Amino acid sequence: MSARELFTFRNTYFSIGVGVAAGVFALAAITGFVLLPRLQPELKYADLWDAFCSAAGLPRRSVSSGEIPKSPHRLSEAVLTPTTLARPTQESIGRGATLAQRCAICHGPTGISRADSPNLAGQYASVIYKELLDFRSGARTNAVMSPFAANLSDQDIKDLAAYYAYLPRLPAYHPQEQLPRPRVVIYGAPMRGIAPCGSCHGSLDNKAGSPWLEGQSEAYLKAQLQAFAAGQRTNDISQQMRNVARALTSQEIDQAAAYYASQPPDIIKTTD
Amino acid sequence: MLVNRKLILAHFWLAFVVFGLALCLGAWQMFVRSPLYTWISNPEWYYRSLTAHGTVMGYVFPTLVAMGFGYAITESALQQRLVGVRWAWAGFWLIVIGAIMAMVPVALGRASVLYTFYPPLIGNAFYYIGVVLVVVGSWIWVALMSINLRVWRRAHPGEPVPLAMFANVAGSYLWAWTAVGAALELLLQIIPVALGLKTTIDAGLARVFFSWTLHAIVYFWLIPTYIAYYTIVPRAIGGRLYSDTMARLSFILFLVVAMPIGIHHTFADPQVGAGFKFIHSTFTALVALPTLLTVFTICASVEIAARLRGGRGALGWIRALPWQNPIMLAVAFSFVMLGFGGAGGLINMSYQLDTTIHNTQWITGHFHLIFGGAIVIMYFAIAYDLWPHLTGRALPNLALARTQLWLWFIGMIVTTFPWHWVGILGMPRRMAYYDYSNPAIAPEALYVSLSAFGALILLISGLLFLFILARAHAQPATEAGEYRFSMPVHPVRSVPLALNSFGIWVALMIGLTVTNYGYPILMLAARQDTSVPAVYVGAQ
Repeated sequence: MSARELFTFRNTYFSIGVGVAAGVFALAAITGFVLLPRLQPELKYADLWDAFCSAAGLPRRSVSSGEIPKSPHRLSEAVLTPTTLARPTQESIGRGATLAQRCAICHGPTGISRADSPNLAGQYASVIYKELLDFRSGARTNAVMSPFAANLSDQDIKDLAAYYAYLPRLPAYHPQEQLPRPRVVIYGAPMRGIAPCGSCHGSLDNKAGSPWLEGQSEAYLKAQLQAFAAGQRTNDISQQMRNVARALTSQEIDQAAAYYASQPPDIIKTTD
Repeated sequence: MLVNRKLILAHFWLAFVVFGLALCLGAWQMFVRSPLYTWISNPEWYYRSLTAHGTVMGYVFPTLVAMGFGYAITESALQQRLVGVRWAWAGFWLIVIGAIMAMVPVALGRASVLYTFYPPLIGNAFYYIGVVLVVVGSWIWVALMSINLRVWRRAHPGEPVPLAMFANVAGSYLWAWTAVGAALELLLQIIPVALGLKTTIDAGLARVFFSWTLHAIVYFWLIPTYIAYYTIVPRAIGGRLYSDTMARLSFILFLVVAMPIGIHHTFADPQVGAGFKFIHSTFTALVALPTLLTVFTICASVEIAARLRGGRGALGWIRALPWQNPIMLAVAFSFVMLGFGGAGGLINMSYQLDTTIHNTQWITGHFHLIFGGAIVIMYFAIAYDLWPHLTGRALPNLALARTQLWLWFIGMIVTTFPWHWVGILGMPRRMAYYDYSNPAIAPEALYVSLSAFGALILLISGLLFLFILARAHAQPATEAGEYRFSMPVHPVRSVPLALNSFGIWVALMIGLTVTNYGYPILMLAARQDTSVPAVYVGAQ
């Protein structure tokens, strides 16, 4: 028997094989595409074709299609690509240093704050970049900081990010005895949907756009967590921080803030 | 005739050594996420280990076993020297290089993406390229199996292909086609992103491509086990195979229906339509057919052996079976685990029932029971059966082999039964840490601990297996005789062409892939708005 005799309906194996396969397919398709959509009255379809398209996986407009509800807050518009902040030039860092003189009053001349503002020396460039963009757009607001950011150009922001990332990380001014890691930092609280702080902010891992927190002011960290929880700070992407902060107890907020404040920044695990 | 013993032994040894290493990782994972340990405090280590465990156990170990066994079958069933020995070694070394290339970034924590890749997570490009090399190495084997069969056919026109070789080639064709899904995902989607040529990825399409591979790969793992059921077990226990035709039909059915069913892995994914999910669910139900045929045929074959040994009565013959024989023990254990695992699988493949256990520990329990249990225990049996012929030395101690099989069986039951149970209780999978002090999941702590003890038993059994194989090399040389496969009750004189060739069945396999996967893939590929930014592992 040659191939021609094999692939013919005179060959019982061929006809049964193809017949059964086609039959099962047809039966499954009719059930899945026509019968089952009809048997589910809670699914509203305009007609048979509509039900068919839905079963095939064609995206449909939702029934209540209309204006997407506008967020009451401005959302962060920062976009980072691998090239945005890659390989800053010496000129960029130098311009950043000049621009940074006006930041020194709060953030310190070496990027170490004495005023419970964040320490910026050695912070990730992506973090400085995103926060400045958010202050400028109004996604994040602060009575002191917003006016400073309002007139910065894109290049200014890149230069400042490059400069602060370039500065060495120095021990902060509030050195205490290093506290042991609290549960919320290394375990989070899985049953309440809280990821460990350390899974984005260092200690365990760093995620792009998340600052390292070691040695930051305890008062500042606490204030930010409370602002996230109260919905006053809203520039976190997809509400990641708000969701976490809302679920935290005030005791956990205290512990996390105190822990990070007590850590020297030179232990930060970096991947850069 | 086994001429290229070194080649076959190299495949088996590499397979079992990497299996031993991955087994250690698995046992460690079971321990550190159980309440018996306070936790490693760093989930990254857990996922790193999990990636290595899955990659080795899923891609490297079973592929090498299938390849080594395939070469052994070619020489012993066809009674001819392997054609293309150099190519076979090239395939072997490609797998070695690929495995090392993949494992280095994993060990460095640069590719903790798990063996199922999970885009948009993107790890180091070398991890994916290493996996591709492993697959390419195995494709050389596929080609060699096909070529060797052709060479034999030319010398034996019109003769029935020996069952072992027929099944072996069916398995290789299944693998060749099913690996295409993951290959497309890696080459078209993941590797360009990992190399930095693109920064977005269509995660939904990637998952559909992966499902193409993910289910049928299980049947590729399973084929050596089924070959052992049909062609080793009846001979090893002194019986005959009940039906050669039934065996051929089973392998043909696997070839045709193992492939167009993978979307049942994406029941919870929004990018696939419910209609296609239902079609895949229906075809998945059909896969039970070849397994039921096999269970029937093997039980009948085993009964023949028992009655030849003087067994009487409706069930009394079971006592007459040679329970001292490790192969008998292995097949019994394998069937018990296949039964439980298969029953669990019926729940996974049902669109509705799946929702209760989707993404829970039930799933992990299920595939460990089926693969680690029913399949791997027959890999042990294959090794025990082949070893005297490969090494020219008898196994040191059959009692030790029986102990090893018992431990594996008990260990697998103790590991996977509680694993299924906590899944029903709702414990999610793929998590590095569980807060057992929380009253909501505290009741699960006991079962997870039990499971961890099971893993310890498995580890002991696996190391014992390696010890037995290694000791065999130091035994005095003996003549093991020719390596044979079981004879059917009715000698096979002629087989219809359709059951002696693959043309119709490969065409049906590809045809059903087109009908069941064509539209979902084309629709996602054609849309411009389905890509998401890649999430790079370890990026700041």
